[in-house]
Amino acid sequence: MITSTSQALLEVSNLQTRFYNQHQAITAVDGVSFEIRQGEVFGLVGESGCGKSATCRSLLRLFGGADARVSASHIRFDQIDLATLSEEQLSNVRGRQISMVFQDPMTALNPTMRIGEQIAEALRRHDGLSGQPLRDATIALLKAVGVTSPQERLRAWPHEFSGGMRQRVLIAIALACKPRLLIADEPTTALDVTIQDQILKLLLRMRREIGLSVLMVTHDLGVVAQTCDRVAVMYAGRIVESGDTRQLFRNPTHPYTQALLAALPTLSGPRHKLKPIGGEPPNLADLPSGCRFHTRCPQAVERCRVEDPQLRHVAPGHLSACIRQEEWAC
Amino acid sequence: MLSETPLLQVQNLSMRFAAPRSLLEWASGTPRRELHAVRDVSFTLAAGETLGVVGESGCGKSTLGRCLVGLYEPAAGEILWHGRPLRELGNRQAISRKIQMIFQDPYSSLNPRMSLEQTLAETLKVHGLATTRGERKDRIDELLLTVGLAPRLKDRLPYAFSGGQRQRISIARALAVGPELIVADEPVSALDASVQAQIINLFEEIRENLGVAFLFIAHDLSVVRHISQRIAVMYLGQSMEVADTDALFDSPRHPYTRALLGAIPRPDPDERQNGVSLEGELPNPFNPPKGCAFSTRCPHVIDACRTSIPPLRKLGATHHARCLPHILDLRGQ
Repeated sequence: MITSTSQALLEVSNLQTRFYNQHQAITAVDGVSFEIRQGEVFGLVGESGCGKSATCRSLLRLFGGADARVSASHIRFDQIDLATLSEEQLSNVRGRQISMVFQDPMTALNPTMRIGEQIAEALRRHDGLSGQPLRDATIALLKAVGVTSPQERLRAWPHEFSGGMRQRVLIAIALACKPRLLIADEPTTALDVTIQDQILKLLLRMRREIGLSVLMVTHDLGVVAQTCDRVAVMYAGRIVESGDTRQLFRNPTHPYTQALLAALPTLSGPRHKLKPIGGEPPNLADLPSGCRFHTRCPQAVERCRVEDPQLRHVAPGHLSACIRQEEWAC
Repeated sequence: MLSETPLLQVQNLSMRFAAPRSLLEWASGTPRRELHAVRDVSFTLAAGETLGVVGESGCGKSTLGRCLVGLYEPAAGEILWHGRPLRELGNRQAISRKIQMIFQDPYSSLNPRMSLEQTLAETLKVHGLATTRGERKDRIDELLLTVGLAPRLKDRLPYAFSGGQRQRISIARALAVGPELIVADEPVSALDASVQAQIINLFEEIRENLGVAFLFIAHDLSVVRHISQRIAVMYLGQSMEVADTDALFDSPRHPYTRALLGAIPRPDPDERQNGVSLEGELPNPFNPPKGCAFSTRCPHVIDACRTSIPPLRKLGATHHARCLPHILDLRGQ
């Protein structure tokens, strides 16, 4: 479809992330593996607390002071294993090779620094630019992310910008050092739908123009369907199904994916009663035995309470973790 | 039912807020700036009907809801309840016997120190309903059954409930007084998809079984589509289009409605939207366009749109849109 080769840019194997506080330890990510290819938009989708944000933060170990421990067989990014890097080595990867855009554009910018200064800071730090070349590069970046009249906007303060404009500035900062992978953690959740549309199209344009790979973390299956080449569905700290976006939406095989798609209100077709999933997502401190979805699964059998399902191929490139898959395959 | 007086009639409702002045503005005697949150909005709501109100942030949908429950005193216009001015019902408490409100955030709209039972009992006491202890207990059990909460959870405090359960408590509290209308302001937008569907179905059951009417305020068009018989689309304080749900989705007439529908990411990878995005952003609400609120972003804009606000035009028995006739006649995009 795109100029993607089958070569993996990022390969995550058996990632585990645990959070600690005085009382307990919680395993937010439990044995997650996936790969992102060059120039690909890869989606990580799931409900709150499923571990999708913890997964993407684990790659760069960005936890903002929380006591988190990350372990993995490997997190291979272009020949380097991020899992073995020291904090100092990792900080050279952050921003330069892999950068990140967060959900809340209201708090991610420094309110006491002018917009142009914040973008220039990234360029100065990573590319060593200064003077007129720095100014030109800053203006070019603002222009690339669709900020109109960038020269005048350089001296604006963050509070003078709307949410959509701030998210554009954050994308400009994230792209300042031409990273190869952009991690976008719910990049449009705080934005209005017409502005979301603009930002998603901007990300897709960046992928097309500079061959950017994107890890798109979202709760919105609509965003996944519209932007991602491949997708992994997470539930309670694990990937339960992954595959080509089109294949996964057309032929979802895991009962959770099926139920999630059936629970969505639609914009066209007959308006029938929604089919909700019973109950609520489990508490990570008190996970059910066996399959973590069995307490809510309409197709659960006795075996699901004891057996821990593993991801298996159901079709080429399409993985699903349900022990009943084999019965249905027959 | 439609031939009778509607449950609620809103006529040319406007609501303004005065912005605080900075020290400099105060010293120089600059007049307070006014924000027109709702401008000239009209609609009717029949008993037992759900009207969805959609729009992006700052469109005035929440302000509209708050005017209806008496939280704000409108600057202009009329709200008629069963054909008579709403304020004839009396004070806020009297209004709240008929019209209840449910908020978006079930975490902050419940008192953290009151158990589920105390929360509901207080509402009954304040309104002088179910006065004996036995009656109160029966009524509380009945309410819990209606919203799908087990009576054995009665002694728990809000923190022990999940987001979906808390929203059920809010719904039970709203139903306690036996209201005829519930104004629900983004009641499912804080919930996960799997839980959201449960609460949407609950609203449907309440409307069908108890005949309660809803004003359902939300930004998510697919949710509104599932729950509403009619929908009003708002933009920057103005109501742009009001229509039956199927008519609005099958043949949207106002350019903003069309743009809004086109911008929603559909959960179908075979239906990738490569259409043109709506450009620009919401105008500054302190300094709205002189003419049509949408004129700064509208792809069909002509000079006339920038100078005067087009009147609400009747396109069918229940279909209205605020736009020029030749633009409304452009079908599709």
